[in-house]
Amino acid sequence: MADKKFVVSLSPHISTAENTKTIMLDVIIALIPALIAGWFYFGIRALAVVGTSVISCVLAEYVYQWFYIGFKIKNEKKTTMKDALSRAKSKTTIGDLSAAVTGLLLAYNLPVTIPYPMVIIGSVFAIIIVKQLFGGIGHNFVNPALAARAFMLASWPVAMTSFVSPVMSFSNYVNRINVTTSATPLSLLKEGFESAAAPSLYDAFLGRIGGCIGETATVLILIGGIYLMVRRVIDARIPLAYIGSFALLVFFFGSHPYNINFVMYHLCTGGLMLGAFFMATDYVTTPTTKAGHIIFGIGCGILTFVIRRFGGYPEGVSYSILLMNVVTPLIDKYVHPRKFGEVSKRG
Amino acid sequence: MAYSFKGGIHPDDNKTYTNNVPICVLDGVSEHVYPLIQHIGAPLEPIVEIGSHVNVGTKIADSEAFVSAPIHSSVSGTVKAIEKRLHPNGANVMSIIVENDGEYTIDESVVPKGKLEDLSPEEIIKIIREAGIVGMGGAGFPTHVKLSVPKDKKIEYIIVNGAECEPYLTSDHRVLLETPDMVLFGLKAIMRVLGLDVGHIAIEKNKPDAILLIKEKLKESEYEGIKLCELKTKYPQGAEKQLIWAITGREVPSGGLPADAGAVVVNVDTAVAVATAIKTGMPSIRRIVTVSGDAVANPSNFEVRTGISFETLFEKAGGFVKDPEKIIMGGPMMGQAQLSLNVPVVKGTSALLAFSSDMNVYDEDETCIRCGKCVKACPMHLMPLYLNMYAQERDYEMCEKYNILDCIECGVCSYLCPGRRHPLQNIRVAKQKVMEMKRARESGKK
Repeated sequence: MADKKFVVSLSPHISTAENTKTIMLDVIIALIPALIAGWFYFGIRALAVVGTSVISCVLAEYVYQWFYIGFKIKNEKKTTMKDALSRAKSKTTIGDLSAAVTGLLLAYNLPVTIPYPMVIIGSVFAIIIVKQLFGGIGHNFVNPALAARAFMLASWPVAMTSFVSPVMSFSNYVNRINVTTSATPLSLLKEGFESAAAPSLYDAFLGRIGGCIGETATVLILIGGIYLMVRRVIDARIPLAYIGSFALLVFFFGSHPYNINFVMYHLCTGGLMLGAFFMATDYVTTPTTKAGHIIFGIGCGILTFVIRRFGGYPEGVSYSILLMNVVTPLIDKYVHPRKFGEVSKRG
Repeated sequence: MAYSFKGGIHPDDNKTYTNNVPICVLDGVSEHVYPLIQHIGAPLEPIVEIGSHVNVGTKIADSEAFVSAPIHSSVSGTVKAIEKRLHPNGANVMSIIVENDGEYTIDESVVPKGKLEDLSPEEIIKIIREAGIVGMGGAGFPTHVKLSVPKDKKIEYIIVNGAECEPYLTSDHRVLLETPDMVLFGLKAIMRVLGLDVGHIAIEKNKPDAILLIKEKLKESEYEGIKLCELKTKYPQGAEKQLIWAITGREVPSGGLPADAGAVVVNVDTAVAVATAIKTGMPSIRRIVTVSGDAVANPSNFEVRTGISFETLFEKAGGFVKDPEKIIMGGPMMGQAQLSLNVPVVKGTSALLAFSSDMNVYDEDETCIRCGKCVKACPMHLMPLYLNMYAQERDYEMCEKYNILDCIECGVCSYLCPGRRHPLQNIRVAKQKVMEMKRARESGKK
């Protein structure tokens, strides 16, 4: 025993079981209820779109990293390209599941009728342009899924806004001719609140409305959000600050002030819940402090309100989060927790 | 309501290994090693020579300096050697080696110091100094220095720290259960030194039996003025600054001492050492050590004489059931990993842990995903992710700006990091550099 060599390292000598992968896995689990709703309301094609997006995101990350790490090894170790590539194979970061989460979130923000090539291009944009070119996980400055959605909306405005009414019978799933295009409730709202075509608040809460694949089922997104909070993956500050500030602004300054129903309607539509619980809480692109979280959430709330009330777009959630993502480094630079012991010395 | 602080973590406390194991007295070891560094402060000089005979309680090393605590022999026998030996801190340190004769003859200097009421505060401080009592929680700050508060500072709180927030550790818990009177007597002595009528004893809620027992004890008129505070079970609840805040609502100012917040904190085992020194005159030569961890056969709590080797302790705990890969002195959050088992128990050894490879955590150093968990949990309200980043970039000025010197090195950030990045490791290195930088700047000014 006397000659036994022990491992010597600095404390602490224990750690949580939680790692990046388990966190991402939790996010995926939390997103599953909304996926089921998407499938239920928009048919099997919804699953196909989600699958395409997830697979292309993971593949894009894999291929990019394979070559990137391969080139790095080649230059460092001075070996042949082939050898370097075979060594790089096991070193990619797809195992942390972050690419899969990006794929899921991107697909949730797409209409079910979107052509598959566009999904693939969007996924590649999200992973390569937004995430990998800036240094991969932890270094992207905006949410990859949202940036890709903005990119796709600018590139294919018609395809990105052709929403269909939810279908709920099996024959409709199989026979796509029956699918009718419809506007989202918010674009109907823009035209007038009492529009006959606007679905009920109840429908909006359950998700029986036109919209993107994963954004309509408010109740199921809430369940996912609560799961994330219970698992302590996210804290409640960003979603509450976002939803709260937005609701207050709509209540007092909306086009129908002092109308609770109108506020609720705004909350249940336009992907606000998906944005508040899953996009605005993305670790990489949000501040790290508690106070920063609240500022970030309120910023998102104000921007969303401004876009919906005065802007040209009916939804505005993605753009407000993207804008706040850009402000994040500033918030983190100036908003620090008050350090313990920052008091004047007692005499 | 339980007292607590903001931030912190809830690690698996693993105290069930030993919290019901009574303290077992361990004697009969032939060689005792006393390193000359067992406290924070001035180095000691040996006052015995090779070949001289020592008894239990004989002073063997001392210093003229105020910030120092003498060392006493914990056995009777002959001084075999004075040479460099491996210290728990990993360095080779000049040590006095005593060969135990097995008689345990008590030195004539060890006599009861009389009734507490008859002793003046100055006399008690002198007793504590002569008994070589240092903080037994691990840091090893001489207790008499802590209690000699400058005249311009008014102490209003004395807190006995029974939080024991580190996982695995149960030595303080067992002391509270088995010798509550000694703890409370020690507290009363310290209250007398500080001229206080009120004292606090703080225990974490995961020790309900100890809380119940102390509550019963406090009903006795002898212990009037002592208050029991139940603390929320959270790490690092027992950290001095966090404990003071939990109980008094005062923050120890940045760079200041607890006395700046009008408080003094002593460990449970330190209070017992003070009580022992007054009641029997026996200096600080014993301590309670928890031996635990998944590689240990029979995790136990031992009362040992200082100077025995770690190897003996593990042997008495039934040896190893798994191949130990890491040996830690102290708790798993702040303890020091050991190079060898041939290292002596010092005054600050509160626990010995042996972890097999199943328990070991390796740094993976994945990318920081900015989850902010370290920021939210940091008990000093710092931003470990940025400290880590600037430390890695060796931007020590930014480190200082981000208050690196306030870090208490509790390890919460490294524990929580989902990327297993070990921020504390980089922060420790940078902290040294920042302190050097600061010192250079200050000496430049003069």
